[in-house]
Formats: sequence, C-alpha cells, structure tokens
Amino acid sequence: MTRESRQFCTFYLDGLLFGVESQRIQEVIRWLELTEVPLASEVISGVMNLRGQIVAAIDLRRRLEFPARPAGSLPMCVVARTSDGAVSLLVDDIGDVVEVDEASFEAPPETLNPALRSVIQGIHKLDRGLLHVLDAERVCALEEGERVAANSGESRQA
Amino acid sequence: MDDLIQEFLVESNENLDRYDSELVKLEGEPGSQALLSSIFRGIHSIKGACGFLGFQKLEKLAHAGENLLSKLRDGQLLLTAEIGSALLAAGDGIRQMLAAIDATGTDGEEEFLELIEQLKALQEGAAPAAKKPAATPSPKPAPAAAKPDRESAPKQPPAAADETAAAQKQEHQPQTGKLGGTLVEQERIRPEDLERGLQAQERGDIRPIGEILVSMGAVSAPEVSTTLRMLEEQRAKAAAQDSTIRVHVNLLDKLMNLVGELVLARNQILQFAGRQEDAAFVETLQRLNLVTSELREGVMKTRMQPISRLFDKVPRVVRDVSMACGKQVRVETEGKETELDRTLLEAMNDPLTHLVRNAIDHGIERPEKRTAAGKSAEGLLRLRALHEGGQVTIEITDDGAGIDVDRIRRKAVERGVVSAELAARMGPQEALNLIMLPGVSTAEKVTNVSGRGVGMDVVKTNIEHVGGSIEIRTQFGHGTSFRVKLPLTLAIVPALIVRCAGRRFAIPQVNLVELVRAEADRGGIELVHDVPVYRLRGRLLPLVPLSRELRLDRKEGAAQSKAALNIVVLQVDSRQFGLVVDEVHDTEEIVVKPLGKHFKSIKAYAGATIMGDGKPVLILDVPGLAQSASILTGAHEEARVGREGDALGRKGIESQKFVLFAGPGGSRMALPLSLLARLEELPASQVERSGNQWVAQYRGQILPLIRVSHALPERREGVATALAQEFPPTHPIQVLVLNHQGHAFGLVVPEILDIVEDAAQVQAPATRAGVLYSAVIADRVTELLDVAYILRSGELCGSQAQAAGAGQ
Repeated sequence: MTRESRQFCTFYLDGLLFGVESQRIQEVIRWLELTEVPLASEVISGVMNLRGQIVAAIDLRRRLEFPARPAGSLPMCVVARTSDGAVSLLVDDIGDVVEVDEASFEAPPETLNPALRSVIQGIHKLDRGLLHVLDAERVCALEEGERVAANSGESRQA
Repeated sequence: MDDLIQEFLVESNENLDRYDSELVKLEGEPGSQALLSSIFRGIHSIKGACGFLGFQKLEKLAHAGENLLSKLRDGQLLLTAEIGSALLAAGDGIRQMLAAIDATGTDGEEEFLELIEQLKALQEGAAPAAKKPAATPSPKPAPAAAKPDRESAPKQPPAAADETAAAQKQEHQPQTGKLGGTLVEQERIRPEDLERGLQAQERGDIRPIGEILVSMGAVSAPEVSTTLRMLEEQRAKAAAQDSTIRVHVNLLDKLMNLVGELVLARNQILQFAGRQEDAAFVETLQRLNLVTSELREGVMKTRMQPISRLFDKVPRVVRDVSMACGKQVRVETEGKETELDRTLLEAMNDPLTHLVRNAIDHGIERPEKRTAAGKSAEGLLRLRALHEGGQVTIEITDDGAGIDVDRIRRKAVERGVVSAELAARMGPQEALNLIMLPGVSTAEKVTNVSGRGVGMDVVKTNIEHVGGSIEIRTQFGHGTSFRVKLPLTLAIVPALIVRCAGRRFAIPQVNLVELVRAEADRGGIELVHDVPVYRLRGRLLPLVPLSRELRLDRKEGAAQSKAALNIVVLQVDSRQFGLVVDEVHDTEEIVVKPLGKHFKSIKAYAGATIMGDGKPVLILDVPGLAQSASILTGAHEEARVGREGDALGRKGIESQKFVLFAGPGGSRMALPLSLLARLEELPASQVERSGNQWVAQYRGQILPLIRVSHALPERREGVATALAQEFPPTHPIQVLVLNHQGHAFGLVVPEILDIVEDAAQVQAPATRAGVLYSAVIADRVTELLDVAYILRSGELCGSQAQAAGAGQ
C-alpha cells in the first residue's frame, strides 16, 4: 500500500522549521558575498555570483517580516528554481531533507501573520515540530506591483 | 519530416531574400540573363520542394510566378514595373505562407487567387508570342548530367506545356556546369552546333569544346570566355556552400555564454597568478589566457554577420515606398561587408526600415520639386556602414529637403510635448532631437507610409535598447543624415569601473564623454536652484551625484568629498551630465549579464557583470539614470536657464562670461559672451564703404559694421571721414560679431581686453545712454553695452533695419 508522500528540503528561520519541495531546490550553498543593489526592494539583500550567473538573494527573514538576523551570524543560501530563473533564499540554517506523509498536512491557521500566510501552502505536523511549507514561487514574487512602484516613485523625488 | 520542412523553410526564406533583391536589381538592368536565371532558379526550387512536401497552395502561387518569370527569361515579355510589383507580391505571398507553415505546419488559409490571376494575366500579355521555347529538345545532355538533379526529384503533376518546358530547360541549368550546355542555354549557339562539336570530340579532337565551337564559327571567342567566367563563378559559389554548415543560433548563443564564463574564470585565475612562484604554472596560465582570448574572438566571430544582410533588403523597401510616393530614388550602399553581432543586426532591422521609409516619404522630394530646386530628379539615399572606434556606425543619408527645425518646434509645441518658451530657447540640434519624442512628426500629412509620429521614438528606443545611440544632422533644403552607433557586440562591452560609497559600478563606455577631476578648493561646484552644476569650458554641466541617485549611504566615502570631485561626463542624446563618483578605476571588458525580474523596474541598471575577483558589479544604465535624475526633463530646463541666464546679465546671479573691451574715452565695457557669435580680427583692407554704411566682407556675407565709439552719444558727430582715417590700413580692426534677430553685424571696438567669468553682482544704474548698467566685473567697474540702443543709434547710418538686413 503506497501512501502519498512529498519530499522537502528544510531549513530554519528564527527557530521555525520551513520546507520547500525538494524538486524546486537547485542547490544549497554556503554564504557567498553579496553585491547590494541600491534602489531594490528591501527584502533583496543583493545579487550573488552563482558560477557566473547573477542571482538575486532574498532575505527570508525580511521577506516574512521576522526580526533581523542576529549580528555576526551568516545565513545559508537555498537556491530555488522559479519561473524567473534561480533565486537564492537566505536562511538561518539548513535542516535535513525530509519525506512527509500527505496525511499530516494542514492548511495554515487563519490567525497566522499575513506576511507568512500569503506564502505558505500549509503545515505538516511532524513528530519533532511543525514544518511550514513555503510556496517558492510566491516567496520570490515579491508583490512586484506596489513595492516597486513605491520604490521608483521615491527615487524620482529623491 | 520535420527536419525536412525546417530545412525547406530556411532555404526558401533565403531564396526569397535573394529573389527580392535580385528582382529589384533586375529592374535596373532588365536584360540581365544571369539575374533572370538566378531569380527563376530561386522560385523554381521553392515550387519544386513544396510539390514534394505537399503544400499545394504554395505550389500554385510559386508556379504562377515561375511561369511569368519563364516568359521574361525567354524574352517573350519585357519586365515592366507592373510585372515587377506582381512578382514581388508573389514573393511576399510565398513568404507569408512559409510563415504559416512555420507556425501551423500547413500553408495557411490564404490562397492568393487574385494574385495568381494577375500573374496569369500578365503572362497572357505576351500570349501571342507564346510558342514553345526554342531550346526544348536539349541535345545530348552534357556528361555532368549523370548527377541526379535534386530539383527535378519531386514528381510534378502534369502541368501546362510551357511550364514543363521551362522546368526541363531549368533542369539543365544548375547541373550542366559545362560550357557547351550553357552556351545552348544562353542561346549563343544552336543545339545542332554543339552536337557537331561533341561529335568532333568523340572522333578524337582533343581540343576543348569551346575552341572547337569557335573554330567552327558557331560562336565568337569573347562569348565563350564570358560564359566560362560565369561558370567559374558558379562553381566557386557552389564550393563556398560546401564549406559551410548550418548551426542553430541557440547553440551559438550557448557557446557565447560559456565563453563568457570562461573569460570570467580566466580573469579570476589570473588574479592568483601574481602570487605564484611556479614558473611552469605561470606559463600554463599565460597559455590559458591566450587561448581564452582567441576562443572568445572566434566564438564572437561566429555570431558576426555582414550588414549586407540588412542593406540588401533596402532596395526592395525603397522601390515599394518610392513607387507609392511617386518619387524616384537611387540607393547607394557602402561598407556592406561591415560585420556586427547578429542580435544587433536583428535589432537594427526595424529601425533601419523605418529610417529608410522616412527618408523617402518625407525626406526626398517629388521629382518636379527637386528639379525646381536645382537637384537631379532622382533622389539619392546612401547607406553607409563602417567600424569606428570599436563601434559600428551606420549612416542613412538622403539628399532631400532636410528638416525644418522651426516646424519641429511648432509641432512639438502644438502637441504639447514642450512649452513654447522652452522650444524657443532650444538650440537647433536640441530642437531637432524633438522628433525622437513620441507624438512629434514632421510629415505634413499622415500617409500610409509614415507621419503618424509614432516611429522615431520607437526607432530610438530600439537602438538604445541594444546599447546604441542615434544622431540626426540636417541641412534644410539639402538633406538629412541619421547616424546610428552600435556596439560591436552585446555580450562583451568595454566599461569604466567607478566606485561610490564603497561600491563598484560599471559604466558602459558608449555613453562616456570624458573624465573631469574638479578640485574642490577652486570652487567648481555651484548651485542653480538647488541643482548642482559644474562649469566645464564655459558651459554649465548639471551634476548628478551617483550616491544621491542610488540613495547610497555616503559615510564610507565621505572622506573623499573634501579633496576633489570625480566627475564622469556622460552623454545621452545631445545632452551631457556629470555623474559624481568617489573614485574612477580602469576600463575593463565586461561580460554583460541580465539582472532578474526583481530588478526590472529599476531604471538605473542595465545589467550586472562579474569582476575578476568573482564579485558581481552592477552596470549603470546611463539613459535610465539621466531620466530618473530628470536630466532629460525638468531639471534640465532649470540648468539651461542657468546656462543662458538672462541674456543681458541683468538679473542673473549666476556668473557668466563677459567679453571686456575698451570703450570710448578709456572706459571699460563688457558684453555677455553668450550674445556674441564670434570675435574676429579683420584686416582694415577688408573694410569698405557701401552707401552710408561701413561694411566688411566676412564669410561670404556683407557684414555691416558699427563702431562702438561712434554709436555712443558723446561721439556722434563727424561721421563722414575718409576710410583711411577711420580705419588706418596698418591696424587690423577688432570686431565682435553679433547675431541680432537673424542678422549678423559687427561691433568695431578699439581693443578686446579679455574674456572673464563673473557674477557681476555689484551693480549701479547707467550714467549714460547706450549703457545698460555698470557692474563690477573682474574687480573693476565696467559698463554693460546696450546692444539694442546701439542698433537704434545712428551708426547704422540711415535706416538701421535695412542696413541690418543687408547683413543677410
């Protein structure tokens, strides 16, 4: 008897366990020095050189409106494949690749922080805690419209 | 099967391109058999192949075209404009069907029945003469015919007799490649003669067939040699085809990317090389370095294509547009072999077509107008391409009516693109650039060719999109020239690396004009309504601090600011601005990489690159920066106000340049430099008397002269003295040449003292007529000359207006 199961690449963010479907993940790498991109959205920490490819790095803490990473600790990079090419997600630490049972899945609670709720597909109840399933596509989309419009508008006045 | 169709499409499109350009060429030399055969061959192979592949509609159209062409080739019809248009239309129809095949796999719904009817009717025009071509029963095929003819492979359905004949005749053309057969084809000899010649060879005559034929008197020696030469060329062409292969562009793109990576990796490795002691290792590195460079060049070359690919399409466009407009236009091209990256070539396609259409539609005049203006009835359109300083320049020049700059000003104001005031203040070049803005058109009326005013801005955007620039020059009445500058390649560009607030940025060299280092203690930077400006050779250069534009925290770079300013002078369109950065580094060849979607809306960047140390660096988008810094709109206007100030220097608190000269009675006088066209020193011998007026011959004009000393009230008496007394022949005279309401005149001053820059802030009202006010300029009280008063004064003897008019 086969049970529906999904494989997740997991990582930690402010003590919480997150996961992205493993086929979405291109690779996991150590922190690479970033080049900041002035005028870009604040959730973007910069761009990195991923073997000759320019890849945007999104700080997941800022993206999910978590408190800033404590000074002195370097994030890890989870490189996800999205419809817009590779995007690097900056996380606190890397967890295991886990296989979970579909049965343990639940929709995100209504009361969840809206920033988080909008990018979370749901939650898997694991023995050792909750696995928050991130929608890689949505996390990387950054609500293009408003943020950017506001941004360029400011820049014009500056 | 798909591969077959794909190949068919590629080949057919190439055939069609050649078909088009050769047809247009044929109109110039209607008798050319070589062109006719080549055109015929083009359409024949398309027809043959689609019979084979089962595209019946396409085959029908090609067939109709082919029939008409065969009549032309056999001399039963003469090429008229009507036939030319129909044949070109057939080409377009085929192209359309090919596109349909590419998209859907079928040759589309459109059957072009009307066109086919037209082609048939045109062919009927020669019907009376339609007897079977003379050469139908070809003599014993030349030995080379043993090779199966690819083109005849498709089983053609039985068709009209003349078509079969034509096809048969055609079959011999490509494969014969033999002198005898070709001579028969060209109808230089009769088939019987060839037969006899060949029999002679069989009987043991070892001479080449050509010689035999000549000795038989069947053909003249020069005819044989022309034909031989033609065959030679055909063979060379075939050989060239054999030595090339088709490679998909995607593969080339991929290779280019990989080479870019390799270049970067090489750059990184080279950084370590300095620290290495191991000689063998260093040597290997050097070899790697060389090989990488060569490989890069090689791969870049694979992407290069001659610009003839664009230029060859132009005659067709010219033909169609000039016919539609009732104009006569000749095309001249130069530098067809100039190569550039295929991406750029593609990007230039539409802009070029647009510029050509424009040039014909509202550049070149109608024949009667041209003759009236003393030009030849036939207009000339010149296309020129050349390599220039690591860039490719493409010029599109017409000898037409030129652009009336004033009309552009008016149009731009009418359409509300600029304010009337701003338009009036614009220099000619700047006003000319208005035609690049959306909504401004110079065409009197909208035609189906152009004039809707949506074109030039698109042209400009397209060109800028690939890192190029466009420049217009025009001479009213004599023509217009568009100069497009393009980088050689998109992928690797030279760029200047600068540093600002501790970050590095790359600025593409295309936009770079010069680098200026402004010493802060010399007070180089001034403010005009909060806009920082720098005086660069007498012009005010608006400054854009990069740190402000990118909202960078300057703390890291703060130490820099007190010493000196590094100004990178950049140009967008005809406007310059100075980008203020902390440090200027070297120029480097950088590999341009796209920035992802996340940064698309930020206009300041054109992409990113990876430096030798492996870190990404952002490439600044100069037009984008200029736009967000409002250099191109509002602030620019303010800067201009600053530059021109109040022309008479009355209110302007900004400093400006003054010409200081000696006035009558040892006083010191000044004029703002901006009022002057030139300063001249003329020999006294050039001064003549014309009626009551002193004049000088100056640059092919008669320049009325006004002596300042006589125009001012104190000295208005005793005008009519002798020439020698007024202008001693030994002394050259000092003349300030002014333009007043379009008329030039010269102010004769005793001595030009200096040109100084001053704010002229301390002012006092004038104490005499002819002076606007007094001011302290360069530490001395100086009188500002009132030019209007001088003009009204009697020195322009009698009627000033007429005298000033004489200056025209």
